Amino acid sequence: MSTSVDEAALAPPLPTGAPLAPEAPRSGFARFLGSDLWASFQRSKLAMGALAVTVLLFGLAFSAPWIAPQNPYDPAQLELINSNLPPLWAADGQAPFVLGTDDQGRDVLSAVLYGLRLSLIIGLLGVAVSGTLGIALGLVAGYFGGIVDAVVMRVADVQLTFPAILIALVVDGVAKAAFGGALDTNATILLIVVSIGLSFWVQYARTVRSSVMVERGKDYVQAARLIGLSSPVIMVRHVLPNVTGPVFVIATINLALAIITEATLSFLGTGLPETMPSLGTLIRTGNRFLFSGEWWIVAFPGAALAGLVLAINLLGDWLRDALNPKLQ
Amino acid sequence: MLAFLLRRAFQSVVVLAVVGLIAFSMFRFAGDPVNQIVGPDTPVAERAEIRRSLGLDDPTLVQFGRYAGNVLRGDFGISYQFRQPVAALLAERMPATLELAFCATVFALTVGILMGVYCALRRDTVLAKLFQAVSLVGVSLPTFLIGILLIFLFSVTLGWLPSYGRGDTVRLGWWTTGFLTLTGLKALILPSITLGLFQMTLIMRLVRAEMLEVLRTDYIRFARARGLTTHAVHFGHALKNTLVPVITIAGLQLGSVIAFSIITETVFQWPGMGLLFVQAVQNVDIPIMAAYLLLVAAIFVTINLAVDLLYTVVDPRLRLSTGRTA
Amino acid sequence: MSEPILSVRDLRVAFETRRGSLPAIDGVSFDIGRGEILGVVGESGAGKSVTGSAVIGLLDPPGRIVGGEIRLGGERIDTLPPERMRRVRGRRIGMIFQDPLTSLDPLYRVGEQIVETIRTHTDLSARAARTRAIDLLAEVGIPAPERRIDGYPHEFSGGMRQRVVIALALAAEPELIIADEPTTALDVSVQAQVITLLKRLCREHGTAVMLVTHDMGVIAEAADRVAVMYSGRIAEIGPVEAVVRNPRHPYAVGLMGAIPTLTQGSGRLAQIPGAMPRLTAIPPGCAFHPRCPKVFGRCRVDRPEPIRTDAAPARTGSDPASSSPSAVACHLYDPDAADRPAPAGGEPPVAFHAEPLQVR
Repeated sequence: MSTSVDEAALAPPLPTGAPLAPEAPRSGFARFLGSDLWASFQRSKLAMGALAVTVLLFGLAFSAPWIAPQNPYDPAQLELINSNLPPLWAADGQAPFVLGTDDQGRDVLSAVLYGLRLSLIIGLLGVAVSGTLGIALGLVAGYFGGIVDAVVMRVADVQLTFPAILIALVVDGVAKAAFGGALDTNATILLIVVSIGLSFWVQYARTVRSSVMVERGKDYVQAARLIGLSSPVIMVRHVLPNVTGPVFVIATINLALAIITEATLSFLGTGLPETMPSLGTLIRTGNRFLFSGEWWIVAFPGAALAGLVLAINLLGDWLRDALNPKLQ
Repeated sequence: MLAFLLRRAFQSVVVLAVVGLIAFSMFRFAGDPVNQIVGPDTPVAERAEIRRSLGLDDPTLVQFGRYAGNVLRGDFGISYQFRQPVAALLAERMPATLELAFCATVFALTVGILMGVYCALRRDTVLAKLFQAVSLVGVSLPTFLIGILLIFLFSVTLGWLPSYGRGDTVRLGWWTTGFLTLTGLKALILPSITLGLFQMTLIMRLVRAEMLEVLRTDYIRFARARGLTTHAVHFGHALKNTLVPVITIAGLQLGSVIAFSIITETVFQWPGMGLLFVQAVQNVDIPIMAAYLLLVAAIFVTINLAVDLLYTVVDPRLRLSTGRTA
Repeated sequence: MSEPILSVRDLRVAFETRRGSLPAIDGVSFDIGRGEILGVVGESGAGKSVTGSAVIGLLDPPGRIVGGEIRLGGERIDTLPPERMRRVRGRRIGMIFQDPLTSLDPLYRVGEQIVETIRTHTDLSARAARTRAIDLLAEVGIPAPERRIDGYPHEFSGGMRQRVVIALALAAEPELIIADEPTTALDVSVQAQVITLLKRLCREHGTAVMLVTHDMGVIAEAADRVAVMYSGRIAEIGPVEAVVRNPRHPYAVGLMGAIPTLTQGSGRLAQIPGAMPRLTAIPPGCAFHPRCPKVFGRCRVDRPEPIRTDAAPARTGSDPASSSPSAVACHLYDPDAADRPAPAGGEPPVAFHAEPLQVR
């Protein structure tokens, strides 16, 4: 099947209406459309809804600088006169603050859009770091076995003793102790991404490792070794493609967890500062106004976070079931 | 069997040793401990003197040995923030956290098992589907958001339950309890639900999946073929077999409940160890962070061993010492 | 004694799936006399086990009975409400499953499981039930039963566990036992012991047995009569001697070809070319026709009905083996078929004056 794409490119176009031969080579996309995955997706209204919400929120987040009425990171744009305004539809609502403003006079809608963007960026980077780390360690542990494997897996065991948020907090605290309090915003973002990466690599490593252990014994890997391919080449070219499905599922669920972790860190006051708020920071600030009646300051960031995480989780759930032949 | 338990005990010691090493490294290498004790204008000679008196010039291995020895004697050092022994600070906060974790676990287990069994036995009812949907929301939403939502509903809007603190507590020796006063009990409700919700949905999904699996087994078919009542088949045979693996997971979850209480305690300003830990992270109070890590690891390891023991009590296949393992 | 203990008429079972209703059992009729052992053979998927499950009322969804009737001692049981059917199970119909290793609840002592069954169906006290459980264990040949009764299932070997399962099936003295592949999961050395035990106990207690198996050796050893199933239908039914020595249906002929001689122990199912059709693709006419060496025109269109092959209608004697008629569902034996070739099993002496089996 590996040559089918080339053949498809060379093959003359089929006359319309002609039945496709059973083994007709098809492009990757056409294969996807004909696959069980796509069929299962079309059957699941929940998955379609979740995808729609995810795409919408991604779109809003990444177009934030162009669609947000205000740049919430720019103190010069904030007017204290406009502080604590309720949403537009409430009695005291004022244009253009559709979702109201916070105590600094910051437009809540703009803050949510920028916060969403920040949360997503950190989440995606966190997934990238934990995924890369986990896959690499899993490959190495599974392929070489022995002492390497033992060390990696024992560290994984110890780490599973603690919830990810605790590890992220410790990494965060230690880094602050090591570098002193003088971290700028970018360094804080980097620190959070690394904390997330170090908190979530274990699942990737375990999945990849067990898959590598299975593949390692197979004839084609032995053959590849015999014809002189080096170990890294064998691992990346032959073993890795076999784990894309499970890794993709883990990554999807991991994205939701990473976003939650960042939000939690920020909520606990060890994440992003109030001058550059993520959704978690916004909820942390808004929480202070819960009792004084300014519910909108916490409600909209909360709803955005809940919607985003729920949609991604639903997608991940569906993907896991769809890719798991045991459940069908 | 004994060999199995011994092996598990050995693994526990290894885990604790590794965590101890991490805790020690935090102490030793994350920032200069001397800076935490003296002011910035302290002369160099005085700093060196303090260094020596703290033993920071000794070989690393010696320092680690001394640290481990101190920890074993219950000496976790002095908090940078409070200038008090960390052990005393933790001991003071421990009852609050343990009572909260206990209530959350009881809530998670009872409600989770009930809902899980219902979903397995009445799979296609509307209520079962509703439970499923709620469970998905429960695992998805961040804990702090659930806490805020509960506060908004039951404290701000309805005014039924307190939104922060433990209420009135009663001192029993060194232990303080909120179980004996009305305000103490009321204060426990929202934090327990917040903390237990995630575990509850987890247990519910686990019980449901496990029970559906058990209901398909031969011995359940055979129990039906023997003409046993539906009640006996479901609750005498299916549920008992379902709960064997659930015990393990639920027990292990108890450990993470204690660690997860960090978030809940922050939301509800609950004066427990978790809140102390968050404050320690914010203020870079390494001795408290290190001690908390060690404590959580110790609790986790103890629970693990207890679960192993409990497992052998519940499952007769593991009880024999014939060397046969399941 | 002429009244059969179990009487199945035109039983039809379907599996409801997204692609429609699949017929797993399609018009099966048979009787089992009191104390009689009826062997049911066929390849896996032929509907043997489904028939057994239907009789005891334990069809797994999406399977359900869509037609016909099942009578136990004259009383219709397929339409009983669930709670009354539950009381029939264990009390009047016992069941033995294929795998003794998984049939017993691992968390309960075997004694607890036997006592539980006895007390569900009788008014015995706990003490009396325990005494009876020990007697049962002794009867099925468990050594030192008064001690072993407090053992857990995992402390018993496979053969011993199947003995416990038999004790459980017999606990409430049922009139009929459905034994679904009772020896398949056992060591060959243990198989014969278990079959002998089952046969002896049923003789002693007067219990009838529906013995589902794909092992012709087990049938030859234990059964009085045999029903050969193919694709959810009965291809041939009759006394075990007659069907084994002189099979009529081409499929049965193929099956028997698998056993070199009866005395040389058991043989597995025959080398009949092709495979049984899937439920989604049962051919029209006779389901066996694509594999049949004697196929002719009519087989492809007409579904064969059972044709009586014993010379006389059922005698009213007390011999259980002949209390029910023999029949074969094959156009070769239809006297009205003009274009048929010579039948498979050599001489078809009775076939020419056979009449279709009347469905009562």
